[in-house]
Amino acid sequence: MSDSSPESYKNYTRKCLMIFLAVVCGTGLMVGTSFAPLASGPRIALILAIACVNAFLVASYLMHLLTERKMVYVVLAFTVVFFIVLMGLTIWAHNDMPHLKGV
Amino acid sequence: MDIPFTTKPRPDTGLYNAKIGMWLFLASEVMLFGGLFSAYIFLRVGAPAGTWPHGWLNVTLGTINTLILALSAITTLLAWVALKLKQFPRYKIFHGLTILLALTFLSIKSYEYRDKFLHYEVQLKDGRIADGHMVENKKEADHIVLHGHYFTNHAEITAGPAPGSKEHAELHIARADIKKIGNYGPAHNTFLGIYFCLTILHALHILGGAIVIAYLWGPGSKMWFTDPERFTNRVEVSGLFWHFVDLVWIFLFPILYLT
Repeated sequence: MSDSSPESYKNYTRKCLMIFLAVVCGTGLMVGTSFAPLASGPRIALILAIACVNAFLVASYLMHLLTERKMVYVVLAFTVVFFIVLMGLTIWAHNDMPHLKGV
Repeated sequence: MDIPFTTKPRPDTGLYNAKIGMWLFLASEVMLFGGLFSAYIFLRVGAPAGTWPHGWLNVTLGTINTLILALSAITTLLAWVALKLKQFPRYKIFHGLTILLALTFLSIKSYEYRDKFLHYEVQLKDGRIADGHMVENKKEADHIVLHGHYFTNHAEITAGPAPGSKEHAELHIARADIKKIGNYGPAHNTFLGIYFCLTILHALHILGGAIVIAYLWGPGSKMWFTDPERFTNRVEVSGLFWHFVDLVWIFLFPILYLT
């Protein structure tokens, strides 16, 4: 937080409470979606999309990622690259097993 | 000798040392959990059709735990804001609440684990499968008692309880009729193996975070009276870890309980 006046912290607190309410609503939506009469694929995709929104809210506002210093972004950029490679290897390996195709 | 940059930012990074240290640690944690999430994906997509269990975990308890962690993320943040506003008693209240919420989360998780270890699958010699919670298992008795159902094949068990499924019955099973017996521990199948692996690792993070927060709430809080800025930074860094633990649960809950 760049501004450290008491008023700015009060506003920040209000914003965080709104984030909490949004995460509660997101959780409710995820649970509701899990019981929705949808095909397995779209249902899982929808639930994970809501989870990503919740994660974005927590990381951006509660962990202050939106207003962090450049060094933190550099560290996280490396993490994101390695994480994508890790998951890419998983998908690649899965596609490399013919007996699992179409599972 | 004073440790440099505990309160003032380093000119090259723009951050005080503990904060950059915590972000580096969290980056390594992302890879730790990333590897396990990758293992989960592998096991799940590799499971033959119809063999991945559904509805085995208690969604209500999972939802309550999600809300508890989300609330604790807010209380830890309010504790940090209280210090920024020089309101030490408020800090004590909010961080005390965070510790209580962490303990509640761990208690609910322990209850869920206990439920799994008391849940048994009994394969009978006639081909049927008895599935339910163990009520009586005395060594000297010639039978055991389960609270559950009989099934004809594994597919019925993996599909999970159907909405409005029948009431549990008390099943008296003679030991002589039992072919194989095992509880729903980590060795039961790959789903429970990865479930216990992921959630126990996460619970250990909760425990570790709670211990650090308890230290900052108790003996560690003396620093507020000698070096308040450094103490506030310590609380901020512990909060970063706590939010990360919340973040991991935000993904664990849907993949294990809801999908």
